[in-house]
Amino acid sequence: MVLIKKGAEASLFLETWHNRKVIMKRRLPKKYRIPELDLMIRSQRTVHEPNLIHKAKEAGVPTPTIFMVDVAEANIVMEFVDGKQVKEILDHVSSEERLSLSSLIGRMIGRLHKHGIIHGDLTTSNMILTPYGKVVFVDFGLSERSVELEPKGVDLHLMKRALQSTHYKHAKECFKAVIEGYAEAVGTEEAKKVTAKIREIEKRGRYVAER
Amino acid sequence: MLTELRNVLTPRNRITFLKAKNSVIIHVSNGRGCCEEPKKLSVNNSVRSYCLGIESTADDFGVAIVSFEGKVLSNANDTYMPKEGGIHPREAARHHAEVAEKVLAEAFEKAAIKPRDISLVAFSQGPGLGPCLRTGATAARALASYLDVPLVGVNHCVGHIEIGKLATGATDPVTLYVSGGNTIVSAFEAGRYRIFGETLDIAMGNCLDVFARAVGLKQRSGAPFGAVVEELARKGENFVSLPYTVKGMDLSFSGLLTAAVQAFQSKKGSLEDVCFSLQEVAFSMLTEVTERALAHTEKPEVLLTGGVAANRKLQSMIEVIAEEHDARFCVVPRGLAADNGAMIAWTGILAYKSGISTSIEKSYVNVKWRLEDVYAPWVEE
Repeated sequence: MVLIKKGAEASLFLETWHNRKVIMKRRLPKKYRIPELDLMIRSQRTVHEPNLIHKAKEAGVPTPTIFMVDVAEANIVMEFVDGKQVKEILDHVSSEERLSLSSLIGRMIGRLHKHGIIHGDLTTSNMILTPYGKVVFVDFGLSERSVELEPKGVDLHLMKRALQSTHYKHAKECFKAVIEGYAEAVGTEEAKKVTAKIREIEKRGRYVAER
Repeated sequence: MLTELRNVLTPRNRITFLKAKNSVIIHVSNGRGCCEEPKKLSVNNSVRSYCLGIESTADDFGVAIVSFEGKVLSNANDTYMPKEGGIHPREAARHHAEVAEKVLAEAFEKAAIKPRDISLVAFSQGPGLGPCLRTGATAARALASYLDVPLVGVNHCVGHIEIGKLATGATDPVTLYVSGGNTIVSAFEAGRYRIFGETLDIAMGNCLDVFARAVGLKQRSGAPFGAVVEELARKGENFVSLPYTVKGMDLSFSGLLTAAVQAFQSKKGSLEDVCFSLQEVAFSMLTEVTERALAHTEKPEVLLTGGVAANRKLQSMIEVIAEEHDARFCVVPRGLAADNGAMIAWTGILAYKSGISTSIEKSYVNVKWRLEDVYAPWVEE
């Protein structure tokens, strides 16, 4: 078992499972939390995540295939997705590719939202570009089901914030392309409503000049 | 003493040549009150230079004197205590104006220097409560022009981070800044302190304050509500389930606050139990987002700063994740955790040394000044 990523919430191990290269996502107990709270958070997220990964597939968004779920141990075994993290490449591709990639991401987020799935942690490290040009969404640990405007707005607001903090050079153009792709998936009318919501959420933030 | 040599007004920029004791500073302001790319010729950096910092963002009025090499000579403070309810901005500002003279005198007395020894005045320019900020800014302007020394407007949030770095020796940390008015996870990236996560509604300290008032706790002098809740939480035994709200790297405390007050009112647990549960849930949320920022940025240090940083429970939780990610755990000392003048003075020194100063006419306060908007050329990448 090789640890490939130690996240805040779970650790990802690369493993061979029935002759398959798989990812084992383990939600190890956190020493800083009391056991009651720890168990609640870990088991809830372990049940929730594969469920939403499956729903996302139904919505037409590429996600890893789930092979096994162990709630008691808070482990999920899933497909190893070959490709590159969008975080690593977004700043290093041509500006044309950057925009088309951003637009593709927006389209995928649109599909999720259209089917009532809120990702909850839309950062470029949670998106993998495969050699076939697909963007696979991973890490649905913070996802939830909702058809309401508010969580959709928060979801996209998080995406915007992720672009601003990690890809600050291209954040503006990338987010614009994300919204354009999003509009293609959900329709212009709905996209307008969601962007208005994003503005409202931003104004709710602290120390915003236009508030 | 400082003399203005020449004033050049170009259509977009105002360029001022300033002559200090042993240095010339070219001040380029872009018409928005702060200079974007100041050019520095040489800076007076002698041990005998002192900066006076004034902090008046919210309920604290603080004056400190700090030497240019980073020694805090004095750090005087007077806190406004409302008879009931939260901070009333106008009443707090009135308090500040009343105690300003006394606190200033105390700062000079403790530092054992004369006003004429001061070579720089710094003040917190924002973010914060307008009336309070204006009181501090007025005092700073008056002092700077009376003493004929340069003035520097400091961002309050940057102040908390910089004093934490000075006191702990941290150089490039992920910072969890938690106080009554702010809850921010940030790290330095390309010239600025970037915000990775923050509260979507109320601040952590605000949540504790409002909860404490709602359940009828009383604030004691020298012991803020957070400390009272911490004390009770230590006696709590049973965990009452409360909503845990983390959205990516952002947090929300308002639902948690309502649920905690309701849990107490509907007697789901004793006051001690609810305090214990509130702290466990809220601090677990803070720890999770800090850990996420740490995993994301892979920085070598974690810095805990701001008023709530004085909470031992929170300290112990952040320490655990620092260890897990091989990062050094740094926490601001108790005396510099809450709002204080020293953090303003020190940040003023750092800014001034890299050529930043604020002209009196550009020294208006900015109540919504975001951390990310501050260009920080003094931080080495």
